[in-house]
Amino acid sequence: MLILIVTILGVSFILYALLGGADFGAGIVESFAGKREEVTISRAMAPVWEANHVWLILAVVILFTGFPVVYASLSWVLHIPLMMVLLGIIMRGTAFTFRHYDVHQGRSHKYYSFLFRLSSFITPVFLGMILGAMILGRISFDRSETFYNLFIAPWLNWFCLTMGVFTACLFAYLASVFLVGETKIERERIRYAKFSKHSMIATMILGLLVFIIAQAEGHSLTRTFLHSTPGIIMLFIAALLCPFIWHFLNQERNKTLYLRLGIGVQVTAILAGWFYIQFPVLIEVKNSGELTFYNTQAPAATLEQLLIALIVGLLLVIPGFIFLFRVFKIKAK
Amino acid sequence: MAVSLGFHIVFACMGMTMPVLMAFSEWRWLKTGKQVYLDITKAWSKGVAIFFAVGAVSGTVLSFELGLLWPEFMKHAGAIIGMPFSWEGTAFFIEAIALGVFLYGWNRLNKWIHWLSGILVSVSGILSGIFVVSANAWMNSPSGFDWVNGRAINIDPVKAMFNDAWLSQAIHMTLAAFVSTAFAVAGVHAFLLLKNRGRLFHQQAVKTALIFGSVAALLQPISGHFSAEGVAKRQPAKLAALEALYKTSKPADLVIGGLPNDKEERVNYAIHIPGALSFLAKGDFNAEVQGLDKVPKEDRPPVIITHISFQLMVLIGFFLALVSLLYLVFTIKWRYVLIKKWWLSVIALATPLGFLAVEAGWTVTETGRQPWIIYGIMRTKDAVSSMPGLRYSFLVVTVVYLLLSLIIFWLMRRQINTIHEFYPTAKTV
Repeated sequence: MLILIVTILGVSFILYALLGGADFGAGIVESFAGKREEVTISRAMAPVWEANHVWLILAVVILFTGFPVVYASLSWVLHIPLMMVLLGIIMRGTAFTFRHYDVHQGRSHKYYSFLFRLSSFITPVFLGMILGAMILGRISFDRSETFYNLFIAPWLNWFCLTMGVFTACLFAYLASVFLVGETKIERERIRYAKFSKHSMIATMILGLLVFIIAQAEGHSLTRTFLHSTPGIIMLFIAALLCPFIWHFLNQERNKTLYLRLGIGVQVTAILAGWFYIQFPVLIEVKNSGELTFYNTQAPAATLEQLLIALIVGLLLVIPGFIFLFRVFKIKAK
Repeated sequence: MAVSLGFHIVFACMGMTMPVLMAFSEWRWLKTGKQVYLDITKAWSKGVAIFFAVGAVSGTVLSFELGLLWPEFMKHAGAIIGMPFSWEGTAFFIEAIALGVFLYGWNRLNKWIHWLSGILVSVSGILSGIFVVSANAWMNSPSGFDWVNGRAINIDPVKAMFNDAWLSQAIHMTLAAFVSTAFAVAGVHAFLLLKNRGRLFHQQAVKTALIFGSVAALLQPISGHFSAEGVAKRQPAKLAALEALYKTSKPADLVIGGLPNDKEERVNYAIHIPGALSFLAKGDFNAEVQGLDKVPKEDRPPVIITHISFQLMVLIGFFLALVSLLYLVFTIKWRYVLIKKWWLSVIALATPLGFLAVEAGWTVTETGRQPWIIYGIMRTKDAVSSMPGLRYSFLVVTVVYLLLSLIIFWLMRRQINTIHEFYPTAKTV
């Protein structure tokens, strides 16, 4: 039962990274693009607006129902970065909605765009920092520690910062590859393809940096990774896909399906690999072991009810989603 | 937390009611083929899209804030009341999908299938509201676990969800959502009707909204009565606070209005109706009603704010019920009154009242439960985050929400101002 719930948690997390990540990334891409790209991006994103956050909400709900101790501890220690993520989400969602639905197009439009782009970048950086802080092992629940050691040091360090920038870069890469298929204008397509390549290289370099800095900060990430066969396989798959995606980016003919499939598998592989290395640890605690899925799970009665709700929910939601996407494809009469 | 909930509750009410109004209006269009109903549905759906997106964002924030501000509460309560939250998540998910189909399905789907998606939005919207209220009801009437040595054991999430208070609270909240939203919508259109006399579009919009608003407003006092009876049984301290009953009395007077004085333990400037409280709470004019004197000092809720909010809610509730009654009478007998200037002014003035009552009612149930966060089990001060400097993040959230409210207000005004350009029926008299 626990494994099933953890799997659903993992899947919702990956879906958030893919769908929400593309949303965030599009905002980052937009900062480097012109007026025409802005129109394309707005059009591509409008139908899903903030609906993608439901995957994040799902993950949070699973966490606080199934593993309440982890949820409570995380939101105590990482209060500040979580708050920043929330502010980012609020700012982004409202700026985008207002830009899209505001009937007047004037000066206010420029402010919306600025806020939208800024928050699209900041939010994933803090998301990455939070993930970094969970595994780095500087989190402590010892109340006698100083404010700095308790609430700042766990996430404000080079490792977490690199994780943050890596996350933002990954999202930008994801979004630009996705956007290649969203335009019919050749000049625009080339710009997205170019941006895809740049961000791909940057993501690889940053990924490498994450390992190097982990080593420098005295974390055993590299060693755990080398001992985890699934982790190595996943990263290998991700790396192997790079030349293919590169190849399709150079094609003038529309290869949207291959590109999207490729990037989807790639991002999933990276996250799944990381999930494998992590499991079952949720938070590394300084000097006192770790919080895992096993030692923080809720009583069986709760997990059972949670699983029922999740399965019924998914049975209803997945066909719904498929129907929704098909509606978008239908041409308006 | 209070600020974001107070903000979110408005969106939740809209999310519960607007889809029903839209589906009803679309149904009228499908039946009669009159353009005006279609225009109304479309104009409303634009507003709903804005509110829904902002509501989804503030809902995301809330799911985090539960932990950010109340880590101790969530540590213990998460496993017990996580279930209504997971069902709420599911219902909200379906609502989001169905709303997507509704907003983007115009001219793409069979008309009746499009209408069905609207119905689905309505049902899931109402359900998601009810699930959240059931979690709140559990805080008032905790059940489904045993509290032993500061820990919850023998957890039964199903029993926790269907606690004693959930049904009365769910009904009261759903009706409140309908009253507040419907009157707000009717009020805006009545206001526009005053500026642009005789426009068919606004007349029909007022009518559609008031059909739902008036029925709900007339049912609300009844549901309120049953809620109060439940409170009298389960939370005597809360009842005493909202009625400002300092001393246990037999029979107890109903205190209307007035300013409670905590020091002298009496209510100034109030009207007293002898025995009425005994009758309302226990069904007997001579029954004893427990006052605050039976409650230890440290377990008493703040009386002044609870009492005044309660009076405000009841006052508005009865006023809107009266307006609704008049509306029904006019509709049946004196239709010509419905387009009279004074009547439209009354409706226009009522625009914010419903939401004011919702906020007041929410204040009543929250402050009336104090000092407990889980009634009789956990105190609020033990649940709040122990992080130093918490007030700064509180301040930030408050400012952000205030700004958001201002921007939405401004944006809606711009939307409303363009109605007359977009919809032909909004111009015809």
